[in-house]
Amino acid sequence: MRNTQRSQKIAFFLMFLATLLIVLPVGLIVVIIIQKGLPAINWQFLTDIPRQGMRAGGIFPAIIGTFYLVFGAIFFALPIGLLAAVYLSEYAKDNLLNRVIKLAIVNLSGVPSVVYGLFGLALFVVFLKFGASILSGSLTLGIMILPIIITTSREALESVPQSFREVSLSLGASKWQTIRHIVLPNAIPGILTGTILGLGRAAGETAPILFTVAAFYLPQLPKSIFDQAMALPYHLYVISTQVPNVDEKVRYGTALVLLFLVLMMNLVAIIIRTNFRKKKKW
Amino acid sequence: MADIKVNNLNLWYGDFQALINVHAHFAQKQITAMIGPSGCGKSTLLRVFNRMNDLIEGVRVSGEVIIDAENIILPKVDLVNLRKKVGMVFQRPNPFPLSIYENIAFGQKVHAEGLNKTKLDEIVEDSLHSVLLWDELKDKLNKSALSLSLEQKQRLCIARLIAVKPEVLLMDEPCSTLDPQATSRIEELMRELKHNYTIIIVTHNMQQAARVSDDTGFMLLGELVEFGKTQDIFTSPKDKRTEDYITGRYG
Repeated sequence: MRNTQRSQKIAFFLMFLATLLIVLPVGLIVVIIIQKGLPAINWQFLTDIPRQGMRAGGIFPAIIGTFYLVFGAIFFALPIGLLAAVYLSEYAKDNLLNRVIKLAIVNLSGVPSVVYGLFGLALFVVFLKFGASILSGSLTLGIMILPIIITTSREALESVPQSFREVSLSLGASKWQTIRHIVLPNAIPGILTGTILGLGRAAGETAPILFTVAAFYLPQLPKSIFDQAMALPYHLYVISTQVPNVDEKVRYGTALVLLFLVLMMNLVAIIIRTNFRKKKKW
Repeated sequence: MADIKVNNLNLWYGDFQALINVHAHFAQKQITAMIGPSGCGKSTLLRVFNRMNDLIEGVRVSGEVIIDAENIILPKVDLVNLRKKVGMVFQRPNPFPLSIYENIAFGQKVHAEGLNKTKLDEIVEDSLHSVLLWDELKDKLNKSALSLSLEQKQRLCIARLIAVKPEVLLMDEPCSTLDPQATSRIEELMRELKHNYTIIIVTHNMQQAARVSDDTGFMLLGELVEFGKTQDIFTSPKDKRTEDYITGRYG
């Protein structure tokens, strides 16, 4: 008896240790980046264009470019992903076609991001002649985050209790009315989570934008969706590896801004989600 | 007002026949109780009447179920109209995670979009009155329906159904999650409601069937063994199997 209790204690301790190990890298990343990057952050850094071969000045065009790309990607991926998720969760029967579709989604999320970049280059930049542009980059990022949005939205839809659908149908609501009035409203928190996860991923990826949109150095802001743009992750790559003698604090400052943007998005998502959760419980 | 005539009804789940050659007449302004052991097909029969079995894949039905001169098992039947006419109260009280008001207004929202607010308020009030909840809840219509007690939730579900103005109420063990006091109050409500609706209740509880119903049907292994006046079924059953069941020899 005592023996089982001791081994249980040891097991709990090991599990706790493993859990702690997850927190450790996150904490370290945040601490190191803040420590080294914070001295670079000032008003000029956030609002000015890069100067002196990107060794001074600010990163404003890269921040704006990242915003354009992220919202462009969501603009394309959210409607398509949500409609696909509704189809898969509410309408699709278990047949060969739908199993192939589900398999495709799983595989799509496993494709390395640089492959998305090449694909975007071939399809949007070259074949559809969008050129290296915000449009091409947004579409490429959109395809990349599509599986995240579909999978999380589908889970959110499927977690809405079956009994809600039954009652709604039994009251004479059509299938679509049931989805619109009952299923979707209750799935919104989960769908939001998926969307924000997608946002964060789109904001941080370098490879997909490498060939499709990202500019090495662009002192002016993009004027249309057919212009190239700078973006934070690519800018970080450039000043870290391609430009000699960039001050360390500029690099970490850029990383800090990127990290901050992604964390802020997640925070907004969490706030929205908790508000919804408070309102709806079953 | 609608009564339900069932002729030669058969139903299969895949290869399994769940209803065998059922004949019955469910009279209007009466409560008909369906009793029988678990798996005898009484809930399945209930779900034929509002076509909820359609949600299950591989269900086949043959025969006739006549409601308002229409055989409602045919594929061409307009399910929205049928389900407006034939409503269902489920075993577990299942209000939507919305306010009390929105729960009751749901039917109008899907059936009569753009109904004006005064008319809607009226329907909500009438429906709550008819399940005797109005006085309790009139001041908290905007509260979440999930904050109510189990009994209130079940009453609310009945009110939500009544707001659609059905003619038939199907009740699938509506009291099985309630305590005895709440059960007897719901039964009281059923007696009130039967003046305006055709009520069919599936129940495991034979005392309940004896207490509330005018007619009773006893089902066993997919067959409707006996159907008649409740008094006759419980005092002088014609079939040996009915007698065995109501005297507690099995089930």
